[in-house]
Order: sequence, then C-alpha cells, then structure tokens
Amino acid sequence: MSIIKVTVIDREGTPHELDAPTDMGMNMMELCRSAELPVEGTCGGMAMCASCHLYVRSGHPIPEKSDDEEDMLDEAFHVTDESRLGCQIHLADDLDGLTVHLAPVG
Amino acid sequence: MIQTDILIIGAGPCGLFTVFEAGLLKLRCHLIDALPQPGGQCSEIYPKKPIYDIPAYPSILAGDLVDQLMEQAEPFKPGFTLGERAEMIEKDEEDQFILTTNRGTKHRAPIIAIAGGLGCFEPRKPPVENLANFEDKGVEYIIKDPEFYRDKRVVVSGGGDSALDWTIFLAEGVASEVTLVHRREGFRGHLDSVQKVMNLAEEGKIRLLTNAEVMGVDGDDHLQTLKVNHKQEGEMTLETDHWVPLFGLSPKLGPIADWNLNISKNAVEVDTFDYSTNVPGIYAIGDINTYPGKLKLILCGFHEATLMVQSAFRRIYPDKNLVLKYTTVNGVNAF
Repeated sequence: MSIIKVTVIDREGTPHELDAPTDMGMNMMELCRSAELPVEGTCGGMAMCASCHLYVRSGHPIPEKSDDEEDMLDEAFHVTDESRLGCQIHLADDLDGLTVHLAPVG
Repeated sequence: MIQTDILIIGAGPCGLFTVFEAGLLKLRCHLIDALPQPGGQCSEIYPKKPIYDIPAYPSILAGDLVDQLMEQAEPFKPGFTLGERAEMIEKDEEDQFILTTNRGTKHRAPIIAIAGGLGCFEPRKPPVENLANFEDKGVEYIIKDPEFYRDKRVVVSGGGDSALDWTIFLAEGVASEVTLVHRREGFRGHLDSVQKVMNLAEEGKIRLLTNAEVMGVDGDDHLQTLKVNHKQEGEMTLETDHWVPLFGLSPKLGPIADWNLNISKNAVEVDTFDYSTNVPGIYAIGDINTYPGKLKLILCGFHEATLMVQSAFRRIYPDKNLVLKYTTVNGVNAF
C-alpha cells in the first residue's frame, strides 16, 4: 500500500479525509499544507516552531516524542497528552485511518 | 539620519547577500533587523542545523553560512540597525523613503528591499483572557532591566534557558519572591541551569511549580493574582506583582502589512522581472515574497537579490548604462 486515509479535523471542527502517500517521505505538517489546510509549518519541519501542533485522536502507534519535539511543545499553548507536532509524524502504512485535530493557533 | 542607497529590511541570508551584489554595482546598503544579531532564522532558530542545498556546499551549518555571508558582504561596509523593528515609511520631497524604526531611528534611501523572511520575531503570548489589559502593568514578555523586579514578587513561566536563567538571576538577591511555573516535569535548558533551579527549589529560595500552567490573570490597575492549574493539585491562586511568560519567539508579518503593499497569504506579491512590489522603489526578496512558482529556498532568494539590485541601480541612475561584470575578471573592489 502506498496511499493511506488520514482525517484532519480543522479548527472549526470540520473533518477532511485526505489521501496520504506513504512513499514520499512526507509528514503530517506537509500533508496538511499540501491540502491547503491552515498549518503554517514556519520552521519547515525541524521541530523548531510549534505551528503544526495537533492532537492525535486515534490510538495509532506513533513513535514516541523526541526530546526536540517535547522541548518545542513547551513553547506551544493548549498542550494536552494528545499533543504532537505534525512535522514529527511521518506518514507510514500503519497510520492508515489516523485522525488528528489541529490545535488552536496562538 | 542614516543615508544609504538600498535600505534592506531583514538581515537574514538574503539581505546579507544583497549587500554583496549591490556592492558590485557600487551601491551602498544598510540593514535593519528586529533581532539583535544578523542571520535571521539561520541564527535565531537553527544555527546548528546543516543545510544541504546551497550550491557548492555539500553541507554547511546555518550559523556558518551566516558567517560566510557576513565575510562576503564585509568589503562593502554595510551598516546595521539591529534590535529595532522597521515601523513606518514615508516619502520626502526628493522622492526618497524615510524609514523610522520602533525606537525612532530614522533612515533615508531611494530604494527599500524587504528581505524580511518570516517577518519580525516577537514574543509568543500565552492565550490567557484579559492578558493584554495587564501588559506593562505586571505582565512583561521580555526582561529588559532586572532591577525593575527588585524586592518584587515575580512569577516566571516557561521551560527553556531564558526562563531558567532569569529565575536563577532574580532569585539571587533581586526579587523578594520567585516562582517558576512549567508545564511538565522536565526542562529543556542547559543541564547546569536545570540543576541550579532544582537546588534553589530545595533550599526554599524559589517556589517551583511543575506540571502547572497559568490560566488566568487578575488585578485592579496592576496585576495582583494568577490563576494556576496544577495537574495533581488542581486550581490554585498565586499572589504576585509580576508575571513574565517566556515562551520563545514567533514570527509575525508586523508593520509592513500596513505599507500599502499587495499581500497574499502573509507574503508580498512581486513581479518576477525584478522582484518589485506594487509600490515603486520597494522590492521584496526571499521568503517574504510570493509569485507563481515561488519556492522558499535560500538559493532562490540569492537569485532574487541579484536581479533586484540591477533594477534598483536603473531606478537610482536612469541615465547610466549597466554592464554585467564578472568578479573573476574585475575582482571585488571594496568601498
């Protein structure tokens, strides 16, 4: 499989079901941007801003947060146990059906 | 008043390379940047990260790239206004721009090149209701003068180096009472700073609240209390004179949004012929501009800067002919 289904719920609560390629080295931040969803991705995906902060709503096996990601979440707001940086979630086959919710900006 | 040929807003890689290309055409440049050091994002966000797509550098650290660009620009003696934000522009009777910074420094030039990257870096403000009502009335995002806090009660928020360093500094005989509030157990600052903070907490010299977040501010004319949500202990109220939330910097387009430029999606629209904006004499290059096919890459910004200065030259000297000269033939003739 090289295409999985991912649902992104935007800040207004509207779900967007996206086809996500798993063979292009993409992450969730890039997927959202390519679908023109309002994700800034200011630092380009280095876990150095928090503009792709999102909540993982489905219990998928996402690799643990790195120290960089954990550190960066310190500068984000509205952080919960489900918080991740989209740029650190790499699209892979076992994430089929993943549901995420974009975190508020600011 | 600072007078120059090209006033560059933003001292990132693109702005710095503009100095070199303009210098080859004997145009002088002055750079303005809201950050206290040149280099833009490369210095502020990722100085230790390697970049792999700078032509002829298989890999170069962002910080080193800035050093190299500074060296390359040096023969052309650029001026710098650092730590100030370009705030306002107007035209004088000789059709020159007068640019004033947020600190009132005035600059004059016939050409403005906006190389502002992501915009100005500004402190990240926590989303707390009524926060704006207490700004400069007990809530400060930057510590300018620690003496301001002498014998005061201070709450610091954040988990990075600046939060740790200021907590340590204020606890050592400056503030009467220091509390550090942090979202989780661990800190991301330098290990020795973390250890120092832990020691201060054990000795009772500071109050350390981890797994906690400030959720509310209250007071009459001045900040008096903070509402803190603690993961285990629930809601608590802290009495304090100051709250200093230190959550890093994030870029904002800032005042240039009000300069009558055509803006789309937080970027300045330009003509790819010469990267001019809709305002004659103002150009935009690098990550801050947009046009069909735009790629936000340093290497594209370098190209844009090179074409832009040609157009700037023709605008300043409409009667002079411009011939492309190769540095290999002519060398670099320093100012």
